Amino acid sequence: MGYTIIEKIIQKNTGLDSVKAGDIVNVNVDRVMIHDIFIPFVADKFEEMGFQKLWDPDKVVLIYDHLVPASQIDDTRHFQKGNAFAEKYGLKNVHRSDGICHQLMTEAGYVKPGNVVFGTDSHTTTYGCVGAFSSGIGYTEMASILGTGILWVKVPETIRVNIEGELPSNVTSKDIILRLIGDLGADGATYKALEFSGSTIENMSVASRMTMSNMAIEAGAKCALFSPDEKTAEYCEITLTDIEKDLIGDADASYVRVINYRAEDFVPVLACPSQVDNIKPASELIGTKIDQVFIGSCTNGRLEDLMCAAKILKGKKVSPFVKLIITPASRKIYRQALANGTLQTLSEAGAIITHPGCGLCCGRTGGILTDGERVVATNNRNFLGRMGTSKVEIYLASPATAAAAAVAGEIVVPQ
Amino acid sequence: MSEKFTAKVWVLGDDIDTDIIIPTEYLALKTVEDMKPYAFSPLRPELAGQIQPGDIIVAGKNFGCGSSREQAPEIIKALGIRCVVAKSFARIFFRNAINNGLLLIENPNIQEAVKEGDQVEVEINHCIRTADGEFPIASLPQNLVDIINAGGLVKAMRKRNGLD
Amino acid sequence: MGMTMAEKIIACAAGVEQAKAGEIHTVELDRLMSNDGTTHLTIDMYNKLKNPHISDISKLVWIVDHNIPSDSPKTAASHKKMRDFARANNITFYEGEGVCHQVMMEKHVRPGELIFGADSHTCAYGALGAFGTGVGCTDYLYAMVTGTSWVMVPETLRFNLTGKLPEGSYARDLILTIIGQIGANGANYKCMEFAGEGLSTLSMSDRISICNLCVEAGAKTALMEVDEVAQEYLNQRGREPKALFFSDDDAEFAQVYDIDLSKIVPIVAKPHFVDNVVPAAECAGTKIDEAFLGSCNNGRLEDLRVGASIIRGKKVHPLVRFLVVPASREVYQAAMEEGLIDIFMEAGAIVMNPNCSVCWGSCQGVIGENEVLISTGTRNFKGRAGHRNSYVYLANAATVTASAITGEITTADMLV
Repeated sequence: MGYTIIEKIIQKNTGLDSVKAGDIVNVNVDRVMIHDIFIPFVADKFEEMGFQKLWDPDKVVLIYDHLVPASQIDDTRHFQKGNAFAEKYGLKNVHRSDGICHQLMTEAGYVKPGNVVFGTDSHTTTYGCVGAFSSGIGYTEMASILGTGILWVKVPETIRVNIEGELPSNVTSKDIILRLIGDLGADGATYKALEFSGSTIENMSVASRMTMSNMAIEAGAKCALFSPDEKTAEYCEITLTDIEKDLIGDADASYVRVINYRAEDFVPVLACPSQVDNIKPASELIGTKIDQVFIGSCTNGRLEDLMCAAKILKGKKVSPFVKLIITPASRKIYRQALANGTLQTLSEAGAIITHPGCGLCCGRTGGILTDGERVVATNNRNFLGRMGTSKVEIYLASPATAAAAAVAGEIVVPQ
Repeated sequence: MSEKFTAKVWVLGDDIDTDIIIPTEYLALKTVEDMKPYAFSPLRPELAGQIQPGDIIVAGKNFGCGSSREQAPEIIKALGIRCVVAKSFARIFFRNAINNGLLLIENPNIQEAVKEGDQVEVEINHCIRTADGEFPIASLPQNLVDIINAGGLVKAMRKRNGLD
Repeated sequence: MGMTMAEKIIACAAGVEQAKAGEIHTVELDRLMSNDGTTHLTIDMYNKLKNPHISDISKLVWIVDHNIPSDSPKTAASHKKMRDFARANNITFYEGEGVCHQVMMEKHVRPGELIFGADSHTCAYGALGAFGTGVGCTDYLYAMVTGTSWVMVPETLRFNLTGKLPEGSYARDLILTIIGQIGANGANYKCMEFAGEGLSTLSMSDRISICNLCVEAGAKTALMEVDEVAQEYLNQRGREPKALFFSDDDAEFAQVYDIDLSKIVPIVAKPHFVDNVVPAAECAGTKIDEAFLGSCNNGRLEDLRVGASIIRGKKVHPLVRFLVVPASREVYQAAMEEGLIDIFMEAGAIVMNPNCSVCWGSCQGVIGENEVLISTGTRNFKGRAGHRNSYVYLANAATVTASAITGEITTADMLV
C-alpha cells in the first residue's frame, strides 16, 4: 500500500513506521515563522505559559511585513515588542523590511523539501511549493511550539490534482488555482492536503507553483504539496537526497479524490466579489470598469509576475484616473526587477511602485479603497472589507489579467 | 462548562471569514477588548453591540475561513458568545477556538431550522433542541477534550511547566 | 522709488504700475495648486455655492501626494472626491506622480507668476522667481471661482549670499541657520529674497530646498532672481518665463542680511521647533528609531546622491527603519538609472513611492510613542510624525543617512 506526499513527510518526521490519513500524531517542527502583527501576542502567550527559553532559536524566524511601512501610531509597538523578544531569547533570524514572510521563508533558505513548518499566517501553505508540509496556526499554538518544538496534527486526507498539457499563453498558474478553488468551493479542501502532479506542473517554475500552494488555503486546505524536482533543487540551492526525491504520491496511495485537468482547457479567470470561489472567465466580465489595479503580494509579487506585467505595459500608459500599484514581494525581487529594467518599464507606464510588504493585500495601507470603487488585484483574498469598506469590489486575477485591465481601465481578456 | 444551557440565537450565513469577524484595520489595537466593538463590522456593524453574554451564533458552512488571526475566536469569546454552531468550520479557526476554550459545534441542519432571536437548548456532546425538535451533535476527539479540560492551551502549557 | 521683486510680481498681477509694501491689491492669479490634504474640503464648500463655476480651468493643478497610496477608507474617500471632481471638470490632475511642490517645479511653475497653493510650502516656487504662497481652502475656493484674490504686498527681507558652501554643508543647513537666526516668526508676512554672487553657486535643488523652508520662519513667500541656472532648468523642460523681475537697486528692504556661505556648518533642528537649531555635532549620540530621506525639501536626485554616496557598501542599522522617498516619479526614475535606488535597497533601506508620508506623519513611516526620528522633512512639531510623545530632529541628507547607519545622530564626517 502506497503513501501520499503528506503521509511520507509525516512518516519521516515522526519516525513512525506507517502513518495514514486520520492519525493524530505529534510532529517535530523544523521551522516556524512569526510575523509582526502577531509577535506581541506570541510573546505574551509564551511567557504566560511559563517557558524560559526557545526550544531552538535557529528554527524561529521573525518577519516584519504586515506593518511595513507603519501606517498607524501604534504599529511600531509591534516592532519594539519583536525586537525585545528577539533580544531576550537570542533570536537571530529577524527580517525587518526585507519583504513578505512567505516569500522570504523559501527565498532566504529557511524551508527545504520535506520540512515541517508552521507560521502564524494562513498562507503558510505556500512552502508546499518546495515539497514542505507547512500550515498556518494561531499565536497560542505558536507559543507552545516555541517552548516545545512539537505540535499535534491530524494527518490529512489528500486530494490529488493532475494537470497535463500546455497552458494557453495568456493563462498563468493563478488562473489554475482560481479555477480549482471555484471547482472545489471555499471549503472544498478543508482539513485536507492538496497534491499537484502532471506534465503542466512539472514544466512550471517554482514561483508559479508558489502561487498555487499559497492560495490552497482559500479552498480550506491544510497544505498543498508539489514534489521536489530539479527546479526545486535549483531554487533551494541543494542537491536532492533520495528521501526528498521520493516525495511523490505513490500510484497506489489512497486519495480521497482525484481531479484531472487538461491544461489547454484553462482560460483567464477572475474571482468576483466577495468570495474567492466566485470564479468567472475574464471573457464574461469584459467592460467592467475599474478604479485601481494591484500587482503584488505573496501570491503574485514575484519577478516573473512583474515581468509579465511589464511585458503588457511596455510602451503603454495606465488608463487615465486608474491607479496601478505594484508591490514586489521581497527586497531581492525588487532589486532583480530593478536590475533587469522591469521597474523602469512599470514606472514609465505610470505604476506606483512601493516597498515590498503586505500592504494592500492585508488591508492596512498601500492603496485602501472606498465605497463604490472596484479593484483588480493579484493577491489571494477578496473578502468583504478586505481592502477598505464593505462597498469595495475586489476581483482577483493573474498579473497578466491585472496589467491588461490597468491599460484598458476595465476588465479585458489578456492577449 | 455546564452540560446543558439555553441561549438566544444570532444567525449568520456561509463563509463567515476572519476579515468579517475582525478586519485587519483593527488587528494592531492593543487588546481584544479594544477590538471587540469592530467584530463583524464589514457585514453587520451593529452586531457586536447587540450580542449579549450567553448568546450563541448559528452559521452556515466554512465558518472562520481565511486568516490565522486568533483574535477571531478570542473576540467571539470576549463578546460572551457561549458557542458557535455551524455546518462546518475552517481548520485554523477550529484549532484557535479550541485553544482558547471557545466551544464549537458542527451540525449540518441547524442553520435552516432556526431564525434569529430563537431560544435553543444546547446539551453538550449530545444535541441541540429547537422548537421543532432535536439535532444530534457529535462529541470531540479526546486530544481536544484534554485541551479544553485543561482550560485551553495556555493553561495546559503552564501545567506542563509546573506553574499551576 | 524702486521696487522689490515681490512688489513687481504683484504689480504685474494687479495690472498696476507700482506696488508698495503694505498696500492691498486685487490680483489675477496665474496658477492654483491644491493637494489631497485639503481639496476634499474645498470641493465641499464649492458644492454649497449658489452658482458654482471655475474661472479658468487651465490654471488649476490638483495633486494627490500626501497619502498615496491611501492608508484608510477615509483617505480613499477624499481622494475619490478629488479625482471624480477633477475628471468631471477636466482639471489637470496628478496622482502618485510625486510631492506637489516638486511636481509643480518640474512641470508648471514659470518665473514671474503669482501662484496660490493650498499648502504652506508653496513658497518653494520662489526658486524659479515665482511668487508662491500658501493659502487655506476658503482663499483657494475664492481664487478658483473668480481667478483673483487680494494680497497685501509683503515687505522684503533681503539675504545677500556670498562665498560657497563648504564640503559637507548643504542648502538645508543654510536655511536652518537663517531660521535659527531670525526665529520661527522672524519673517511673518514678509518675503525672503535671496540674491548675491553666492546664489549662483547653488543648484536648483538647493534653491528649492531654501525657498521651501522659508515658511518655517513665517514668510509669505520666498524669491530668488532667475539666472542661468534657473534658465537652464526651464529650458530642459521647455518652459518660458512669464516675466523676469529683479529688485531695483533702490528698492526698499525691511532688512538686509549678509550671509557668508563658507561659514555654514551641518545643522540639526531639535524637537519641537524648526528654529531650535544647533550644530549637528552637538546632537551626536542621540539614539534614533527611524530616519527619513525625502520630502519636497530634500527628496531630489542631488539629495539621494548625497545619501547613496554615504551608505554605499554599508548597511542600515538593524534597529533603524530608514525610509528613502524620492520626491517625484522623475526623481525616482533618474535615481534608478543612476543606480542610487539599488544602493539604498542593498543597504537595507525602505524605498517608497514618491509622496509626503513621513514628513507629515501619515500613510507610512509613522513613528510610535517615545520614538525618535531624524528627518529631511520640513517640520519637527510635536506629534508631527506620529505619536504625540515622539521626537523629530531635522537634518541634512548626509546627517540623516549617517545616522541611519549608526543608529544614533551622526554627522557624515564622523563615519569611518
